[in-house]
Amino acid sequence: MKILVCISNVPDTTSKINFTDGDTKFDSNGVQFVINPNDEFGLTRAMWFKEKQGASVHVATVGGPATEPTIRKALAIGADEAVRVNAEPTDGFFVAQQLAEVAKNGSYDLVIGGRESIDFNGGMVPGILASLLEMNFVNNCIGLEVEGNNATAMREIDGGKEKISTTLPLVIGGQKGLVEESDLRIPNMRGIMMARKKALRVVEPIDAKKTTEDTKFEKPAAKGAVKLVDNVDDLINLLHNEAKVI
Amino acid sequence: MSVLVYTESENGKFKKNAFEVASYAHVVAKQMGTTATAISFNAEGNTDLGVYGVSKVLNVSNDKLKTFNAKAFANTIAEAAEKEGAKVIILSSSTDTKFMAPLLVGKLGAGYVPNVVAAPENISPFSVKRTAFSNKAFAHTEINADIKIVGVSNNAFGAHENSTSASIEEFNPSLSDIDFSSKSVDIDKVVGKATIADADIVVSGGRGLKGPENWGMIEELAEVLGAATACSKPVSDLGWRPHGEHVGQTGKPVASNLYIAIGISGAIQHLAGVSSSKVKVVINTDPEAPFFKAADYGIVGDAFEVVPQLIEKLKVFKAQNA
Repeated sequence: MKILVCISNVPDTTSKINFTDGDTKFDSNGVQFVINPNDEFGLTRAMWFKEKQGASVHVATVGGPATEPTIRKALAIGADEAVRVNAEPTDGFFVAQQLAEVAKNGSYDLVIGGRESIDFNGGMVPGILASLLEMNFVNNCIGLEVEGNNATAMREIDGGKEKISTTLPLVIGGQKGLVEESDLRIPNMRGIMMARKKALRVVEPIDAKKTTEDTKFEKPAAKGAVKLVDNVDDLINLLHNEAKVI
Repeated sequence: MSVLVYTESENGKFKKNAFEVASYAHVVAKQMGTTATAISFNAEGNTDLGVYGVSKVLNVSNDKLKTFNAKAFANTIAEAAEKEGAKVIILSSSTDTKFMAPLLVGKLGAGYVPNVVAAPENISPFSVKRTAFSNKAFAHTEINADIKIVGVSNNAFGAHENSTSASIEEFNPSLSDIDFSSKSVDIDKVVGKATIADADIVVSGGRGLKGPENWGMIEELAEVLGAATACSKPVSDLGWRPHGEHVGQTGKPVASNLYIAIGISGAIQHLAGVSSSKVKVVINTDPEAPFFKAADYGIVGDAFEVVPQLIEKLKVFKAQNA
């Protein structure tokens, strides 16, 4: 089985978010970038397929040279080789078209992405990719087994989960549950050394349309001070008469 | 040239978000000088959509579409959009719709913006305000494609009555076997209990509750309020509660009217995930807990004392206000 894991390079979950250039660009100054958490759950599941079912695992990202430490980390975790499409990932449709090109050239059986990136939250790249490649698709994937050409996926739904039976080639949008938090891997020294020798190909983007553009960002208005009360009667009274939510 | 809106139903009944997206579609249609057309699947009471400003409903009655199937639904909505010549499509932010939306986007070559919190700021260029950076910021985003798809955030725009009389038209999509290449084989869903996605009130517990054996009072409080239960990330990582209850940046987002956080200190990732909730209440022993800075109301106190009192007083309150 050939697996492609698509990785987004995002600000660490603890990052404070600021903007620059008249609030038109994200300010990456002093921000630590990581593998998008939803993608990392997928990458970790891919490592399981590599170790238990002999799969080969490639990773791909769309981004500038600054994303290379993140993709090297994926190699250090155990991916076999990597592709970086040398373009700024400013639009989900654009990114999906670039990744579709990579996927087509590699004839993968399984393409793993994340439910959404935690920066722009588009939540569309894996699904558009599946549509462009005419592959099956399962989003919010919290469990995946593959046997021959058949796949069984668990999907989170509002209020529960759904088991889906499908076939390869398949694209999934992964999230926590695909593997446990405790299954995530921290690269060891040997992995880091080996990652330096693994292939990281850089390809130029194909001509592709951009469908959206973020023209301005803003931060939420500052919140007023909390109203502290010392008994539940006052709380119920405020929730009923002031906030009008009960 | 109408605005097309997908109005979701479950077991024939429209979901709350169906009326929100219908209201949103009405406003967009008005801005564009056209009307709103809804597409619904095996739903009863299609005329109810007229109350929220929908002029026409394309009703799909098809037994094969009784269970949600992302590909088949996407292809049906795409076909309806082509038939109607719709250039703008309005969707909700439910888990099913967020699964289906990118397939529709790919099929139509559309421009898609999810997590939209307000009516379009502009029609030409088409510009909307949405959340970004997991609710830590907003973005103003232009859609430059011929077909524009807007995903409206849960509980952000609200349902607004705009009485129109809706005509109902049967719509038979041309589906083939390939649309059903993925099959639902089992659905494991809690029935009769509010879900985090739909609930007006969410009651959430953190590590301050000390162990899974203490969740009885969280569930009881939720029951009194008709609320959904949720938890913080450490609680789900420790296996005290199922993953499906984890709310926050890598868990589920919460956009309820009231969010009650009990024994949750308020890590930045948790605050991001719940910030779309309108009113937040914090109960915590530590007055320095960061969540107090993000909350509207708070009680500094021991959850094991405060929560049982709250349950008792709310029971009395509910009995009086029933």
